[in-house]
Amino acid sequence: MLSIAVAFALLLTAAVGGVVFGRVRAVHGAVYAATLAACLILLGGAVAHLWTGGVTRTTLPIGLPWLPFHVRLDNLSALFMVIVDLAAAVASLFSLSHGPADPNRRRISPAFPLFVLGLNAVLLAADIYGFLVAWEFMSLSSWALVVSDHASEKSRRAGLIYLIVAAFGTICLLACFAIMAGSAGGLTFAALRAHPPMGAAAAVAVGLAILGAGSKAGLVPLHAWLPLAHPQAPAPASALMSGVMTKVAFYALIRILFDLMGGIAWPWGPVLLAIGAVTAVMGVLYALLQDDVKTLLAYSTVENVGIVAIALGLAVIFRADGRAGLAALALVAALYHMLNHSLAKSLMFLGAGTVIGATGHHGLARLGGLLNRLPWTGAAMLVGAAAMSALPPMNGFVSEWLIFQLLFAGPASPHWAVRFGVPVAGAALALAAALAAACFVRAYGFAFLGRPRSPEAAAAIEAPWPMRVAVALLAAGCVALGVIPATVTRILAALLRPVTGAGFDVSAGIGWPFLSPVSAGGGSYSGTVLVLAGLILFIVAVIVARRLGTSATRIDPAWDCGGGESGLDPQYSPAGFTQPLRRTLAASLFRVRETVTMPEPGDPAPATHRLELADPVWRGLYAPVIGAVDWLGERVNRLHFLTLRHYLLMMFATLVSLLLAVAIRQ
Amino acid sequence: MTASVLWQIAQIVLVALLAPLVTGWVRRMKARLNGRKGAPAIQPYRDLYRLLQKEAVVAEGTSWVYRAAPYVTVAVSWLAAAIVPTVTTDLALAPAADLVALVALLGLARFWTALAGLDAGTAFGGIGASREMLIAGLAEPAMLMVTFSVSLLAGTTALPRIVPFVLAGGIGLSVSAGLALAALVMVAVAENGRLPIDNPATHLELTMVHEAMVLDYSGRHLAAMEMAGHLRLTLYIALIICLFLPWGMAVPGAGAAALALAMAAFLIKMFGLATALALFETATAKMRVFRYADFLGGALLLGLLATVFQYVSRAL
Repeated sequence: MLSIAVAFALLLTAAVGGVVFGRVRAVHGAVYAATLAACLILLGGAVAHLWTGGVTRTTLPIGLPWLPFHVRLDNLSALFMVIVDLAAAVASLFSLSHGPADPNRRRISPAFPLFVLGLNAVLLAADIYGFLVAWEFMSLSSWALVVSDHASEKSRRAGLIYLIVAAFGTICLLACFAIMAGSAGGLTFAALRAHPPMGAAAAVAVGLAILGAGSKAGLVPLHAWLPLAHPQAPAPASALMSGVMTKVAFYALIRILFDLMGGIAWPWGPVLLAIGAVTAVMGVLYALLQDDVKTLLAYSTVENVGIVAIALGLAVIFRADGRAGLAALALVAALYHMLNHSLAKSLMFLGAGTVIGATGHHGLARLGGLLNRLPWTGAAMLVGAAAMSALPPMNGFVSEWLIFQLLFAGPASPHWAVRFGVPVAGAALALAAALAAACFVRAYGFAFLGRPRSPEAAAAIEAPWPMRVAVALLAAGCVALGVIPATVTRILAALLRPVTGAGFDVSAGIGWPFLSPVSAGGGSYSGTVLVLAGLILFIVAVIVARRLGTSATRIDPAWDCGGGESGLDPQYSPAGFTQPLRRTLAASLFRVRETVTMPEPGDPAPATHRLELADPVWRGLYAPVIGAVDWLGERVNRLHFLTLRHYLLMMFATLVSLLLAVAIRQ
Repeated sequence: MTASVLWQIAQIVLVALLAPLVTGWVRRMKARLNGRKGAPAIQPYRDLYRLLQKEAVVAEGTSWVYRAAPYVTVAVSWLAAAIVPTVTTDLALAPAADLVALVALLGLARFWTALAGLDAGTAFGGIGASREMLIAGLAEPAMLMVTFSVSLLAGTTALPRIVPFVLAGGIGLSVSAGLALAALVMVAVAENGRLPIDNPATHLELTMVHEAMVLDYSGRHLAAMEMAGHLRLTLYIALIICLFLPWGMAVPGAGAAALALAMAAFLIKMFGLATALALFETATAKMRVFRYADFLGGALLLGLLATVFQYVSRAL
């Protein structure tokens, strides 16, 4: 606890220092160095706590007069602290050179340590008031990062929408906690845990928790703010918002549903499954159609949030069915996926920051050929792209594999809704995984491979060492978590035991290094063995090819069926790449409108292609809500122009109706 | 343990030696059905050897991904083909990847091939990569739905465990097994770039899918890419045999006679199915790109139906 206090003090000092000495450029480096130190202290504290286990509690002398802040560190909090501070430490390292060079640094440097502080504070809070204060602190500090480039109209709009959705989410969580406190008669988490709500109150509370946490995580239909807001922040802050803040939202959901309420009714399982399936497929379809690198990554976050929701839905179902081992596995899979996604997505956002910094272009259509120019960043992002595409032997595949194994175990449920829902969720997850591969082949292929599509991309140079080391560390993490899946799953299962309350055999019937978590004789996987065998076959293939034949190599212009000599760039465009997928899968869903203007034959003017997309959720949900608010605002506005007599009359009427209500109640 | 390692090594060698012959056999059969004499079935070996003797021409401006991709693709396809039981289920590597991981391994090979197509920086590389990812985007979920229904039937996704289950008559004649088989065949046709999705013998670049991605490769790189294609075809036929027609396959502890029988049965089934593929291709015309979704969406729905039908047949 002392180490955490020291780290928080360091973060606050860094933020204050960033405000007071913002004019001095060197101070910005110091701010990020202090943030890095604080993250490492927090990471060390969390790991030390996981090593010893148990629960640490304390109360702070701040807060409400009758309710001091309760702080509690258990394994669940500590695990999420590892997720948060690992990514935050790397993002701070990246910022050592990225931060001081940012033109908006005076607005970013103070908010960044505060955002890290807010993320950690949510995980540590153990009473309703402290939790909500920390939650809002996290929202507002990240909002400050979103609007750091406040001169741009896009940033301001994103900031406004983010603020509205964040407020909506907090109100939902507030109402959820109010219902729970009503039945518990106290505001500390310990009191809530002792007396969880029952019946209809519990159902309403669960619904509100899913709405509140889901809006922060970006579950459909509350995702619309996410791809607007996340890309607007500077790259390290985008990495934290997408990689980490969505996980903190899931922390809140897991804390409320699985810890404070101690398990919920099974129908919420299919609900989460359905939300997750829709979120995953829609997220990846959106991501496929984006040209802006950071928007693409933000939509891919929506996809992964959906995958986590599927895992949590399965955990609810298995828990309610009394299959405790599978429920524990589902939570482990969810945690594993969050850990994987926090590493891979932070890697991709930081790498995108390097790319944008090196070229000045956000759009895939202006990049290309960067692997030869940014060899470190390029290699690290190739690992990240493979991890995001859920390909073995990277980490992203392991968690998706675990979720597939759980889905295969789903049809044994006694509920028909689950039996029919699980295969459909499986199909959606498979579709999302396959399209994610297409999405990242496109993102990586058009940014890093081929020939440069703009002079700036051709002139790009590699980033300074902190930025290179940051992405390399994350890439190493993605590989490490992928090649020893049995070990990682075993550790996570042991650490989550106090939350899940049940254990399971990670390598049933086979033993290390194989992962066979559902049953002996069920499906098994081992990244360790596959990597070793694959490496041997790779070497054999290289040796055979060179021994049987020649190793002579000539470098020549691309053949391209005899084309490519006209001086025009024959390369495919990112919009052309997705045309078949767009036409077959997304055309009606997103109301895609394409307009092509083709010059007359012989006219050297360039052809143009315009692509318009419409988010069905925005059209179907947000636009009507905005319209209704406008309409209501118009009506309510009249209240501002009444006479004193009317105001007094209204106060009197309110008083009478309240008294009447009380009288009827009694 | 020792036996399974030895069988695994034998299987690795077997698929590598057999794969070009399977492709050659299909080509030969197609030629015969077209009324041509055709090249002998061993022509793919000669082609591979010829390609290895030529110098490799690498396109200017490409990165190390372009040079590594052929080897990664062939190594991963080889690994995947070595995991599907052919003669015996006693394979050391089989527990390292179940059906889901097998699908993902093929996805890894495709990921590298598509990246290589984009790295060449040509129009055709892009066309090929784009279409390949469209096909994969629909074929992979269909394949996983097949996995889902097989796992519901057999209670496992581990290939060495599915075989004894089917051998014991566990699947029998069921509607959902039939639907799953149909879906798997459709996926296999699409993933191997066969008609009606892709024409492996096309000479018109605009209609190419897989060939377009590897258009700029030459020499040993092209040989590796072609070998990966041969291995993929062998893998899918072996997978169909393993899941739906495993009769004759040896299980751990089988004697020499059983193994010899298993080998003979495997070869008969492999070349029988290869002949069936040639017949099917001869009787089919290629589809337009935008019709792929109908074909593969059909496969996906068949896979989903196969899963749902199991509840119905169980409930009755």
